[in-house]
Amino acid sequence: MLRYTLSRLLGAIPTLLILIALAFFMIRVAPGGPFDSERALPPEIEANLRAAYHLDEPLIQQFGRYLGGLLRGDFGPSFQYKDFTVTELIGTGFPVSLRLGGSAILLALLIGVTAGTIAALRQNTRTDYSVMAVSMTGISIPNFVMAPLLILLFAVTLGWLPAGGWGGGAWNHMLLPVVALALPQIAYISRLTRGSMIEVLRSNFVRTARAQGLPERTIILRYALKPALLPVVSYLGPAAAAVITGSVVIEQIFGVPGLGRYFVQGALNRDYTLVMGVVVFYGVLIILFNLLVDLLYALLDPKVKY
Amino acid sequence: MSAQLRRSTAFAAIILSASLVAACGSGEGPASRAAVEIGGESGTELAERQVLRRGNGAEPQSLDPHKSEGVPESNLQRDLYEGLVSSGPGGEVMPGVAESWEISEDGTVYTFQLRDNARWSNGDPVTAEDFEYSLRRSVDPATLSNYGIMLRPILNAAEVIAGELPPEELGVRAVDSRTLEITLGNYTPYFLGVLSHSAAFPVHRPTVETYGDRWARPGRLVSNGAFQLQDWVVQSHIQLVRNPYYWDTDNVRLEEVWYYPIENQSTELQRYRANELDMTSDLPYRQLRWIRENLADELVISDYLGVYYYGLNVTREPFRNNRALRQALNLAINRERLTSQVTGAGEVPAYGYVPAVAGGYVQQTPEWAAWTQAEREAEARRLFEEAGYSVDQPLRLQILYNTHENHRTIAVAISSMWNEVLGIQTELVNEEWKVYLETRRSKQTTQVFRAGWIGDYNDAFTFAELMHSASAMNDSGWDHPPYDELLARAAAERDPGRRVEYLQAAERELLQEVPLIPIYFYVTKRVVKPWVGGYQPHIQDYIYSRDLYILKH
Repeated sequence: MLRYTLSRLLGAIPTLLILIALAFFMIRVAPGGPFDSERALPPEIEANLRAAYHLDEPLIQQFGRYLGGLLRGDFGPSFQYKDFTVTELIGTGFPVSLRLGGSAILLALLIGVTAGTIAALRQNTRTDYSVMAVSMTGISIPNFVMAPLLILLFAVTLGWLPAGGWGGGAWNHMLLPVVALALPQIAYISRLTRGSMIEVLRSNFVRTARAQGLPERTIILRYALKPALLPVVSYLGPAAAAVITGSVVIEQIFGVPGLGRYFVQGALNRDYTLVMGVVVFYGVLIILFNLLVDLLYALLDPKVKY
Repeated sequence: MSAQLRRSTAFAAIILSASLVAACGSGEGPASRAAVEIGGESGTELAERQVLRRGNGAEPQSLDPHKSEGVPESNLQRDLYEGLVSSGPGGEVMPGVAESWEISEDGTVYTFQLRDNARWSNGDPVTAEDFEYSLRRSVDPATLSNYGIMLRPILNAAEVIAGELPPEELGVRAVDSRTLEITLGNYTPYFLGVLSHSAAFPVHRPTVETYGDRWARPGRLVSNGAFQLQDWVVQSHIQLVRNPYYWDTDNVRLEEVWYYPIENQSTELQRYRANELDMTSDLPYRQLRWIRENLADELVISDYLGVYYYGLNVTREPFRNNRALRQALNLAINRERLTSQVTGAGEVPAYGYVPAVAGGYVQQTPEWAAWTQAEREAEARRLFEEAGYSVDQPLRLQILYNTHENHRTIAVAISSMWNEVLGIQTELVNEEWKVYLETRRSKQTTQVFRAGWIGDYNDAFTFAELMHSASAMNDSGWDHPPYDELLARAAAERDPGRRVEYLQAAERELLQEVPLIPIYFYVTKRVVKPWVGGYQPHIQDYIYSRDLYILKH
C-alpha cells in the first residue's frame, strides 16, 4: 500500500505541472491586466509596478520564478490586496473554506446515507417516492438560486439566521451556507445509497443472513451498509470537487471569507498570483483527496488490494 | 483556465440576477417591524452601544492611503487618517490637522499652521515633518502609488513622479514642527480640496519604516484620524475603534465602526434588512421601486459630483470628422424619459458635461436643452441625413459597456431611442471591467462606449482635463486645439472669475463638437437606518464616521 501511495504521489507531479503551466499562461492571455484602472497610471509608475511584480521579464522567466517560489512554499505577493501575500490570504481563507466544505460533506453523508437507506428499505412506498422527489428537486435547483431563497426565508422574512457574513464561524452563520452547499450532494448521495442498497439487499449473503434469522437491524447496519456504501465512497472525490466549485458561488452570496471568494475576485481583478495560488492549492488538494478515497476503498472492499 | 475564468464571471452574473429576482416582491422584514421610539422620549437620546456597521462595496486593496484608489478604501481611510484639511457637505474646505493657513499673494505658496494637539494613535504628535515625509512618499515612484498624481499641482511633483527629480525636490517644506510650507508649480484654486484626498494623508514614518510593505495591518498601523484599526479579517470585516488621541475625540461619539465588504448590492440590501448593517454603500437599481414603497423613510438620495456619458471614438469611422452624426445621436436621446423611467433614482438629465454641483462653476447647457424632445428629434433627423444616412443607408453601431445590469438597461433604452428616431441598428457588446478598460483605451474597435467620471476634487477642471488631447483618459481620441488652448489659459489664469470663464468656454466648445454624449449626472443612493444620527449627504460622498452617532432604539 505504501508503494502504491508513493507511486500515486509521484504520478501526481506531472499532472500538477501541467495544471500550473496551463493556469499560468492562460490567465496572462486573458485580456486586461492587473494594473488597468479607470484613472490611467502615469507610464513611469506603471513601469515601476511591472518591474516590482516582475511582469517586465520574459514569460518563461516569470514562470521559472513562480515555480521556484512554489518549491519554497511562496505563492508571491497579491496584486490586488497589497498588504498581504497570497500565502497569507490562503492561510486565512482555507480554514474557513475547509470548515464550510467539510461540514457540507459531513452533513450530506449523514442525511444522504440515512435518507437513501430508508428509501431503499421502503422501496416503492410513499416514503421512497417522497425522498426521491425531494432529492430530484435538490439536484435540479442550482445553489445560486437556492441560496438567495434560503436567505430570503430564514434571514429576511423570519429573521432567525444572519443573512451573511461568517461571524468567526459561529454555528448560526454557518448553517445556511452549509445547507445550501450540501443540498445537491445530499440529493445525489441519497440516490446513490438507495440504488446500491437495493442491489445489496437482493444479494445472496443478505438472503442467507435473513434465513439464519438475524434481526433486520443487524443485517442492515452490520452487513449491508458497508458494501452499499462503496459507490458513495468513490463519489466522495467528485463530491469534494463539486463542493469546492459550489463554494465559489456560495461564499460569494453569503459573504463567507473563504478561498472561493478570493478566486472570483482574483479572476475579476486579474490578480494573477492570487488566482494561481488558489488553483494550485485546490489542485493539490483534489489530487490528495482522490488518493485518500482510493485508499479508503481498499479498507472497505476486501476485493480491492493495492 | 480561461474557460474556468469565464465561468466564474458568468456565475457572478447569475448570482446577481438570481438574488435580484429572489429579493423582489417579498413581504415585511424585521427592519420595518423594529421601528419603535427612535432616540427615546426626547428623540435625541443616544444608544448605549455606539457601534456603526457600514456596507462598503468591495474588499479594500490596502489601508495604506498612498497605495489605493477605490471608493471602499477611501471611506476607510477618511476615518483612519486626517489630512491637513477636511471637507464639508458641499465640498467646502474645513480645517483638519491644520488649524489655519495663509496663501501668498500670487496663490502659489501655502503656509499651514498645524494644531498642537494633533496626535497619532500611539500618542506621538503629528508634525509638519510627518506631512513632509508623507507627501514626498506619495509622489515617490518607488512607493508605486497610483494616485500620487493627485498632488501634481505641487512644485516638481510631476518630475518626481516621472523619476526625473528626487522626492526631496518636491515643493513641501517643514519650517518648524508646526508649520508646513507647500509651494505650487502654478496657481491652482482647487488645491486645498486636493488635500482632503487620501493621496495627501499623512502616514506614521517609524511604522512605515519598521514594517515596509506590510505596515498597514492590525497591531501595526498607526493613524491620526478619529479612529484606529482594531481588526481586519480579509473578505469579512474591518473593525475600527475610537482613537483616544485624536485632537477632537471628545466630539466623536461612535466607539466602533465596522466595515463589511459586500460587492453584490442585493446581498448588501438583504443584510441591511436583516439588521446586520446600519447603512449600505449603494442600492440595486432593480429594487428601487420596492425600496420606495417599503423603506421610503430610510432611502437617502443626494447629488453626486459625477457624470454618466457615452464616449464616441472620433479617431475612427463613422464618427471621425462627422460632427453632424455625433450631434444627431446626441439629440435623439430622450434624457427625461431615461432618468424617470429607466434609472429612476433621481438622476439629473445631463445636457452639459460638468455637474451643476461643481464648486464655483456655472453649468453650461447647449441651446437645444430648452427645446422640446420633438424639436430635438426633428433636428436629429435633419443632421442624420446631412451626415449621409437614411432609411436606405442605415447606420450600424456598436455600444460597448462593462458588464453590469444597470449599464445594460441603459444601453438597451438608448439603442431603442436611436432606432426609433434614426432607424439605427445597434449591437450591444459587454465586456468584463478590465477587458472593457483595455478595449476602450486602445481605440481600435470601439464606436460608442459607456463611461462615467466622478470628480477627484470639487472643481470643474477634474472633468475638463479628461478631454484634453494629451489626457491618458481621453478614450474618445478627441484632439481639438481650441479646447486645449482654453484649458491652458484657465490653468494659467490668476483671476478666479476669468478662470471659470475659460473653463466654461471650453465646455461650450466640447458640447458643440460632441466627442461625448452626456446622459445624466449621478446621485448617491443608499438606505440608512432611522437610528443613525448626524448623517449629512456630501457631493463626493465623503461620509465621515466621526460625524455619526447611534440613537437609542
